[in-house]
Amino acid sequence: MSEAALRQEKPSGPVNVDPVTLTVVEKGLQQVCTEMDLVHEKTSFSPIISEAYDRANGIYHRQDGRMIAQGELGLPIFLGQLAVTTNAVIKLRDDLEDGDIVIVNDPYLGGSHLMDVRMVRPFFYKGRLWAYLSNVGHWRDTGGVVPGGFTTKSTEIHQEGLRIPPVKLVKKGAIENDILQFILANIRVPSDSLGDVKAQIAALGAGARRLTALLDRYGEEIVDSAIAELELRSERLMRSHIETIPDGTYGGVAFVDSDGVVNEPLEIRASVEVSGSDIHVDFEGSSQPCEGPMNTVWATTLSAVYIALKHIFPDVPMNAGCFRPIMVREPHGTFLYAEYPRPTAGSAAEVSQRIIEAILLALAPAIPDKIFAAPAGTSGNLSLGGIDPDTGEPYVMYNFSGGGYGGWWAGDGISNGCATIGISKSQPVEVLELRHPVLFEHYSLREGSAGPGKYRGGLGVSYRMKMLRGTGTASFLMDHGRQGPPGTLGGQAGAPNKIVISRGGKIEVPEHLSKGEGYVLRPGDWIDVNTPGGGGYGDPNERDPARLERDRRNGY
Amino acid sequence: MSISVGVDVGGTFTDFFLIDSKSSTFRTAKVPTTVDDRSRGFLAGLEALDARPEAIDWLIHGTTAGTNAVLERKGARCGLITTQGFRDVLEIGRRTRPNAYGLSGTFEPLIERDLRLEVAERIDAKGNVITALDEEGVRATASRLLEMGAEAVVVMFLHSYINEQHEARAAEILREMWPNEHVVASHEVMREMREFERTSTAAIHASIGPVVSRYISDVAAQLKQRGFKKELLVMQANGGMMASSLVSRHAVHTVMSGPAAGVLAAAAIARHASIDNLVTGDMGGTSFDVAIIANGEPIISAEKDLAYSVPIRIPMIDIHTVGAGGGSIARLDKAGMIRVGPESAASFPGPIGFGRGGTEPTITDANFLLGRLNPHAITGSSKDAPLDRIASILEERIGRLLGFDGYEAAAAILEVANAELAGAIRLVLIEKGHDPRDFALMPFGGAGPLHAVAIARELNIPRVLVPRYPGLNSALGCVLADVRHDFVQTVNEVLSNVDPATIEGILHAQEQAGRDLLAQEKVSVTRVEIMHEFDLLFRGQSHALRVAMPGSSFDPEALHETFVAKYKARYDLSLPEMRPMLVNVRTSITGVRERIDLQIFKPQPGTIEDAVTGSRDVYFDGMWLRTPTYVREKLPEGAVIEGPAIVEQPDSTLVLNPGSTAHVDNIGNILVYV
Repeated sequence: MSEAALRQEKPSGPVNVDPVTLTVVEKGLQQVCTEMDLVHEKTSFSPIISEAYDRANGIYHRQDGRMIAQGELGLPIFLGQLAVTTNAVIKLRDDLEDGDIVIVNDPYLGGSHLMDVRMVRPFFYKGRLWAYLSNVGHWRDTGGVVPGGFTTKSTEIHQEGLRIPPVKLVKKGAIENDILQFILANIRVPSDSLGDVKAQIAALGAGARRLTALLDRYGEEIVDSAIAELELRSERLMRSHIETIPDGTYGGVAFVDSDGVVNEPLEIRASVEVSGSDIHVDFEGSSQPCEGPMNTVWATTLSAVYIALKHIFPDVPMNAGCFRPIMVREPHGTFLYAEYPRPTAGSAAEVSQRIIEAILLALAPAIPDKIFAAPAGTSGNLSLGGIDPDTGEPYVMYNFSGGGYGGWWAGDGISNGCATIGISKSQPVEVLELRHPVLFEHYSLREGSAGPGKYRGGLGVSYRMKMLRGTGTASFLMDHGRQGPPGTLGGQAGAPNKIVISRGGKIEVPEHLSKGEGYVLRPGDWIDVNTPGGGGYGDPNERDPARLERDRRNGY
Repeated sequence: MSISVGVDVGGTFTDFFLIDSKSSTFRTAKVPTTVDDRSRGFLAGLEALDARPEAIDWLIHGTTAGTNAVLERKGARCGLITTQGFRDVLEIGRRTRPNAYGLSGTFEPLIERDLRLEVAERIDAKGNVITALDEEGVRATASRLLEMGAEAVVVMFLHSYINEQHEARAAEILREMWPNEHVVASHEVMREMREFERTSTAAIHASIGPVVSRYISDVAAQLKQRGFKKELLVMQANGGMMASSLVSRHAVHTVMSGPAAGVLAAAAIARHASIDNLVTGDMGGTSFDVAIIANGEPIISAEKDLAYSVPIRIPMIDIHTVGAGGGSIARLDKAGMIRVGPESAASFPGPIGFGRGGTEPTITDANFLLGRLNPHAITGSSKDAPLDRIASILEERIGRLLGFDGYEAAAAILEVANAELAGAIRLVLIEKGHDPRDFALMPFGGAGPLHAVAIARELNIPRVLVPRYPGLNSALGCVLADVRHDFVQTVNEVLSNVDPATIEGILHAQEQAGRDLLAQEKVSVTRVEIMHEFDLLFRGQSHALRVAMPGSSFDPEALHETFVAKYKARYDLSLPEMRPMLVNVRTSITGVRERIDLQIFKPQPGTIEDAVTGSRDVYFDGMWLRTPTYVREKLPEGAVIEGPAIVEQPDSTLVLNPGSTAHVDNIGNILVYV
């Protein structure tokens, strides 16, 4: 945004918005985002977007890109990221005009890993910049050493794929074909990605139409004032929740198995200081930047903290005010503040979930009636790439699997829940087998994986994927292989993640347990994946005998 | 043909609609639902209707019994026999959680794990047998399930949508061992890819099958004893009906059949009024159900979830439910925002105004306080609504913090509620690519007409069509329904590679299966209609778009063109680089019954003055206006009413806001220009 545009702004006038209009505008803004989310999901080609909903859409403030509203159907991990991305685009591009769309996947500019491709569209109303519409979608591939991008061995960002700085993909409504072709030439399965580009642009278009209609209906002044008021309300609600947490400083520690390159655990030390209605989070003492791709950029670290609090207090409407009481100190000098050219492929899916875990563990003694024991907390990503000899066509298969959730204050954890940073579904076995040369010999609950407790954890899953034809290269990026998700308030840990590979009849366990790449599979070879069970909540001796009997009868 | 009776058994009331087409008369009745033994209420209602069973020609039944059995996990004890390694499909689902934020919550699968057993067998994605079916294993497993007390058994093997041999053989063995109708193979319920969704649909079927068929055969037997000579008919979720003799084999199709019947009635009424595009808002005590009728037909979807992680993939009239009804509770959240629902005072204790001990302020209470509902006429009560009490509770709970008195608080609640209801409609319309300005709104359910004009204004919907009996729409829909059956088969081929003869073979087989069912039902129909639909997407996508094509031959090029045009219209997106894939082939077969002439609802002659019952003060836009009240039964054809006005009838109240104009049409509908 140009200086001139900024100066033309009227100060956001303190128009008094009546409580009814306030609610109506709140819902209206939410619907704009929901419609963008739906168009994006329904029209995408990446199964990670269409099946797994790995995308988000929202409206961001014209001044600094802070969140005005973001779709409830979007992936939680993007809670902080789109605001940081929009802010970066505002700072770096002062030449945006009506009808332009900027594309960017640079992780250090408010992203996570290269596969999360963001688009930012300045939204003009009556000829004036009014807000930004931004979205993000997880593309199936952005080039790099591993199909699908989840490398575990990279030591700098350039091995991970194509890095796109904020450039104009669309100028005054027309796609810049030079940019588009440049991108498509550098990624696998380019035809699908072309569809994803168009889907993402179409979603922003749907948002612009709906937001215009909302402004036509209520007028700029009212909507502007409502947005300011809604921020205050969300902040007030979050503060009232935080006030229920007793003051004090609480510590939680979580471990990442390894960075994928150096086989040693990384440590996340979260210190959560609650005073009145403020929360200060500090990660001092966490591990230093690492060689492998578990470095986490600031936007992802910030998002993870926000998600943890939003999981604990789910009723606070999402906008910038929701997070204002939560202050996170930038963890310079740790692997939670990655800077160029540190590799980041594992940050979004795995490290973010360990951050959430550390915060949940920290707060458990303070708010035992609002907390959950640790969930499996891994995205369970297994990818397989190759050429199917039956069709002669290349494929990239993803299988994300779930794990057990932690026991909670009034019940056992859910089995096979999805990643805490996601809301994404796994693909049906029938679909995976139809599209890829593999066969699943079993796909079931993992018996005995739940962490015992008064309320036990949920169960992880267990599957064996067998190669049917051709050769495929497998990689996997999971976590909690050294230790299972911890229990809380006397509950015990769930079973750790376990991967076993059989090639040519020889059984092996990956060196890094939960992370590995470059495993070439031939027909008859298989991979066993066993995901973690959730941690238990409370003393297992206090478990209701009826629940124990049911666990026994059902073979849990 | 002469006497038709429609019955809708809801959670609180059982509604009846009798139409005698020979004498052009009709009668209605509303009796309490007898939850412990629903057939008792059913028969009591027939008596209240003064209908002799031997004189009834058509008796059509819609019910929520199946839906509730699933939601409350009170269905039959079911067993599952499945592919080795896959007993947990139903419990692991698709890796989800109940809410996007918050990691608590629980999930109980429809079939418990100890009743889910495996046998050796395997078919691959192309339909090739990899491991032969272990028939001895099937026998042993079946015996074990029966010993454990299973009342129904599901057989679900992987990839049965493409090769059903193993499932069919296993089901055959089971039926030999245990000859009854409560054995079901997943491909018999739906031949569609996705194992979790197929298992879930089959499990819903199995868990309600024994419950629904026991109830229906009970009712049928009692009716027969009382002299009823015809076959009892049962409503389905697709808006069609089927013979009760088919119920045990098609039990899953009775889910949500009551609400579906309501939408069906709306479509018939709209057609009569020459309104092609209609959105319905069915508002009862706890929920608001929205459905679209585009070009005269209800939209049918096969993508619904009955509850968290309980998908159901049968064709159903596409009804979207939000948790806002008359009983929804209003409150202020900690940030001082007015919130309405989803908590509900339900039917007991209900709103404060009903005087049954309710203490939480609801939408209904706001309507009482602002004069919209008649405080002297409460269904099932001789007492008046305690207006002072409502006012003080509203002021205390909502008004004080906002600086409002009780009346202003009530007005604010209605505005928030109307915005929420309008938002629900807007989202449904826009998701389907429709512009609200092209639609009329039909409110029904007891509470719908109270809010309809305000909602329509909010949405820029120009007209509201209020049916003659808003509270009995579902029972009326039962009377109007045709006989209908749906079939689906997964194909999964790039459209340009599809062999038209193969597809025509599938279409023909589906049509024949439908005709066979119609023949078994022995229902007299005037003609049979066949409709073919195709689910398509661009190769690589997950979400298909459904396209209907006329005729029974298969023209891939015409289908391609239609699909591309529909895609552009829906998403404003062209993808010429992409290849369309044919995912599923669908056939619906409808046995069309003789049409009931809605002219029987022609209003009695008279003058509008006869319909005036008085006036009362009603609060509109910050002012109290002296507002005339009318009685619906006495409104003559052609009557014109200018708002503000209130039109009352036993099952509903219509609010005409200032500035709106209502016209009574020739079948008693009220068409409001908002």
